[in-house]
Amino acid sequence: MDIIGLANYAVFMAILIGIYALLALGLNIQWGFSGLFNAGIAGFFAIGAYTSAILTSLPAAHRLGGFELPLLLGWAGAMVVAAAIAWPIGKICLRFRSDYLAIATIGVAEIIRLVIRTEGWLTGGVRGITGVPRPFGDLPYMQSQLAYLALVVVLVLAAYLLVERQLKAPWGRMMRAIRDNENAAAAMGKRVAERRLQAFVFGSALMGLAGALFVHFNRSITPEAIDPMIATFLIWIMLILGGSGNNRGAILGAAVIWIIWSVSEILTDRLPTEIAIQAKYVRVFIIGLTLQLVLRFRPEGILPERQHGTSPPRS
Amino acid sequence: MTLLDFINFYLVPGIVLGSIYAVGAIGITLVFGILRFAHFAHGDMATLGAFIALALVATGMDPWVALPAAMAITAAVAIGVDRTFYDYLAKRPKIVTVMASLGVALMLRSVVQVVWGVDPTTYVTGIVRPEEYFGILLRPRELYTLGAVVLIVVALELFLRKSKWGKAMRAMSDNPDLARLSGVDNRMVTMLTWAIVGALCAASGFMLGINTEIHSMMGWHLLLPMFAAAILGGVGRVQGAVLGGLVVGIAEELSVFILPAQYKAATAFALLLLILLVRPRGLLNGKVL
Repeated sequence: MDIIGLANYAVFMAILIGIYALLALGLNIQWGFSGLFNAGIAGFFAIGAYTSAILTSLPAAHRLGGFELPLLLGWAGAMVVAAAIAWPIGKICLRFRSDYLAIATIGVAEIIRLVIRTEGWLTGGVRGITGVPRPFGDLPYMQSQLAYLALVVVLVLAAYLLVERQLKAPWGRMMRAIRDNENAAAAMGKRVAERRLQAFVFGSALMGLAGALFVHFNRSITPEAIDPMIATFLIWIMLILGGSGNNRGAILGAAVIWIIWSVSEILTDRLPTEIAIQAKYVRVFIIGLTLQLVLRFRPEGILPERQHGTSPPRS
Repeated sequence: MTLLDFINFYLVPGIVLGSIYAVGAIGITLVFGILRFAHFAHGDMATLGAFIALALVATGMDPWVALPAAMAITAAVAIGVDRTFYDYLAKRPKIVTVMASLGVALMLRSVVQVVWGVDPTTYVTGIVRPEEYFGILLRPRELYTLGAVVLIVVALELFLRKSKWGKAMRAMSDNPDLARLSGVDNRMVTMLTWAIVGALCAASGFMLGINTEIHSMMGWHLLLPMFAAAILGGVGRVQGAVLGGLVVGIAEELSVFILPAQYKAATAFALLLLILLVRPRGLLNGKVL
């Protein structure tokens, strides 16, 4: 591969890493700070992608949409709709242990997949939505990619700073208190279910935004674009490996896992066809195994959660 | 539509599907009740069981003879999975084990996909015509399925009520600390639970496979109805899981009256949310974790 090709590929990867970093940050709010098990990340991602696509795309005969709204409205819409779907689910399930939320979110992701496939008037069915505008899309290829990368970086940075700020605020301390000892936090007068609901809704909104960023980057979306289980699982392993409870860890994990995942795809694609199909499933097996190994040998991840509030001993 | 049509085209398929869900849901309710976590690899373990049975059938065995053998092999796999991936997480919060089980689900599925591929297949080929019993149409495989489910449920109930180890399992489910104080061997109960759960997984996967088709995602699609059934019946209650399974199965078949057929799979989810909203302990008053 020549230098230009390599640079193009690096920028492409960096944009996707940024999108995954947003997803991992969203999951960090839910799992890292609040101990909530969201097993339907791909569902919220898809909701964001489709919402923004419908709001901003060009009109098409076979489906709703083509409102040609400005981009920012599309993104805001993606976040609002993802949050609006998370709210009732959280409201029902967060009174119980996180297992119930996990089951319900698997269900939500399945239903969203069903709706996207079935409701052709809304989502274009299997044809999906094309003609989604891309910011800076009129520039030559490289500049356009670089400009989009800058946009993603700004958004990830903004999300990082906001989440980090939130974590250091009393709200973050309270969330960790609830995560680590629910009964004690409740005894201190914290409304556990309500706070968890906030974290779940915030995190889901962030996942919706990531979906919107993806669809504008990709310019189109079809139901086949995301494999729900594998996408969800990749985000989980990103967060756990990077270090749950640590925002920098979430971003680092997104970069490490996405690079390994894509490079291994390039390698397996070079294999002869008969083996290449099996190699695809071997890769899935390996991410499953990686999770088990991380859980066993380094459950705190590469960058462990920082202990706030306890200043290091001074000499 | 006559009553017989209703029974033949909606009720009977609903009961067959429901009893398959019931067998899976019993396993879920046992893990949820005794080991106290939601086991997400349950569906994919059922897939594995179905494919193990397929491998046995390929050697010339009759499917219904292959079933007990596949149940025994999957039981061993379940114990192995517990020893390898869940056991060392026992001291950590239970939700970590839930996550590990999601990873195991992915691993089991990819093993199936690598070994057997992704194309749907069946145990036996050819069309089987249903036979008529007093106007009710039943295929032999449906009769066998219902018979096998009754046999499994009765045997399991007898084991849990009468035998020493069955009582130990129920004691662990009711109050683990008290059970341990009374000298119940925790490790043995865990192993026994996984053996039963593995066998039940294989049975549900096999029966779904013989009534529809066998493919690598079949178990994953079983997961939501099975969980809905277990929670609907009441976590930790075997009869509850049977009742829940039948309700979910019949509700799915009847849902076509009010929903487009594509949304059949959404019925289980709707039932799950409804029961969590109005009666989280389930119909037969189970546990809430």
